[in-house]
Amino acid sequence: MTVDLSLLPDGGLSWLDGSGPDSGIVLSTRIRLARNLQGRPFTARAAEADLASTRDQVVAAARATPQLSSTASLFRVDELELLDRQLLHERRLISRELAGLQRERPVCRGAALLSDGALGVMVNEEDHLRMQSLRSGFDLEHAYALLERFDAEMGTRLPFAFHPEFGYLTACPTNAGTGLRASVLIHLPGLVLTKEIAKVLQGLSQVGLTFRGLYGEGSEVVGNFFQLSNQTTLGKSEEDLVDHLGAMVRQVIDYELRARDVLGREAPAVMADKVWRAYGLLRYARSLSFEETMNLLSGVRLGHGLNLIHDVSVYTLNKLLIFTQPAHLAEREGRALSDPELPIARAAFVRRTLEADAGRRGPDGS
Amino acid sequence: MCDRCGERKASIHLTQIVDNTVTTAHLCEACAADQGVKTGEPGASLPLSGFLGAPGPGAAAVLTGGVDAGPCSFCGASLGDFRETGRLGCPHCYAAFEPQLRELLRRIHGASQHVGRLYLGAAAPATAEVPKLLAVWREQLRRAIDTENFELAAELRDRIRGLE
Repeated sequence: MTVDLSLLPDGGLSWLDGSGPDSGIVLSTRIRLARNLQGRPFTARAAEADLASTRDQVVAAARATPQLSSTASLFRVDELELLDRQLLHERRLISRELAGLQRERPVCRGAALLSDGALGVMVNEEDHLRMQSLRSGFDLEHAYALLERFDAEMGTRLPFAFHPEFGYLTACPTNAGTGLRASVLIHLPGLVLTKEIAKVLQGLSQVGLTFRGLYGEGSEVVGNFFQLSNQTTLGKSEEDLVDHLGAMVRQVIDYELRARDVLGREAPAVMADKVWRAYGLLRYARSLSFEETMNLLSGVRLGHGLNLIHDVSVYTLNKLLIFTQPAHLAEREGRALSDPELPIARAAFVRRTLEADAGRRGPDGS
Repeated sequence: MCDRCGERKASIHLTQIVDNTVTTAHLCEACAADQGVKTGEPGASLPLSGFLGAPGPGAAAVLTGGVDAGPCSFCGASLGDFRETGRLGCPHCYAAFEPQLRELLRRIHGASQHVGRLYLGAAAPATAEVPKLLAVWREQLRRAIDTENFELAAELRDRIRGLE
């Protein structure tokens, strides 16, 4: 492995610390803005010289902004090995597309990331640049405020492709206009257990929102983690898009809390058993698949929310989500792990982490 | 492992909502294709590709109907390329295929007029762009006043004055 994430403040993990609003239910808030440069083909049709020039131009512009001047690290994604690219993707710093993890779309020449963890810019993704901000908990307001200032700074340094009618021009028309996609990573076990989730998701799709799994487009829903985001990007202002998502997510949080309340009142013994079983398996299992880990972590997180379990912090639960993924386990071991080794390494890591957390908190969880 | 055949590695994860229940099926490519899940084509994961391929008076009809626009003079991409990949070739494609894209954008977003942040650029707009830009901003200003979005209205008024 050659990538060094320790260069980032907090290793790019500050969004995991559970310090943001409603962080028991909402893990993180992310907003991105898609932009392209005038007078050159979009990434998929660009020649190698164009890709290199885009990278240099965007990185130089971003380095000249007050937001990313001194704190940001540059990752030349196209020069990284597969495992390193996977690590950046698992850390949620870059998209699957930029990481080149899809068989049909290998890593693009000129692909790069400039990031300080909370704010970053992906270069030569589907669009020339995608600026993104990531915050702990449910915090659309601050995520957008930071990004808006950064976008304004970048706009004075780069000639963005803009059309008076269609707005910011993007490779795919589904992103045109504002180029804004705001998403909230939310944990909804209460709605899943009470079988209300489908109704809620259908309702969201009727008001212009969509949902995805943990890793964005094309990823499956595991561990009851959903990414809720705006479906359309044109015809509404950035503020309206963000406010609308915010209002809807607020409602979803209320539904989730109500569902948890019902579960806690009507089936307390079942819930306690479910939560402690999940904790017990995580604490003592010797082999864990990623999916099983996500589902068990979901159970423990729910127990934390229901005030049933205090042996583990939200921060630890969030960290386990990230560090139990294949590239993170490989980084920890200092080598690539084979398919049979992965579940064993994962279970060992989870066990050690939970033991340490319980030890710090004392036998009664206090 | 594939949920259906139990033999091949699952590479397709299909989340569906049936009777108010979310289910996720893990399928290999062969079983996914068997069940009618299209995966192999370029751009198949894009929401747009299904949209473009919709039969009847959908977006595909919009893009194939009318006068053939010919390729974009800047990058050489054609509407056929766009239909295949779901992606345009360059920013100039928006001008080259303007009527078709206007219709498509309306279908995707419910609107084709951008009302968000305005971009004047690192440099001022070309002279030929000015009358068009002024017309668009005046229309936006009228709408901003109608919807009592006075902050946006003030910004637009300043920009119009600046350009005039």
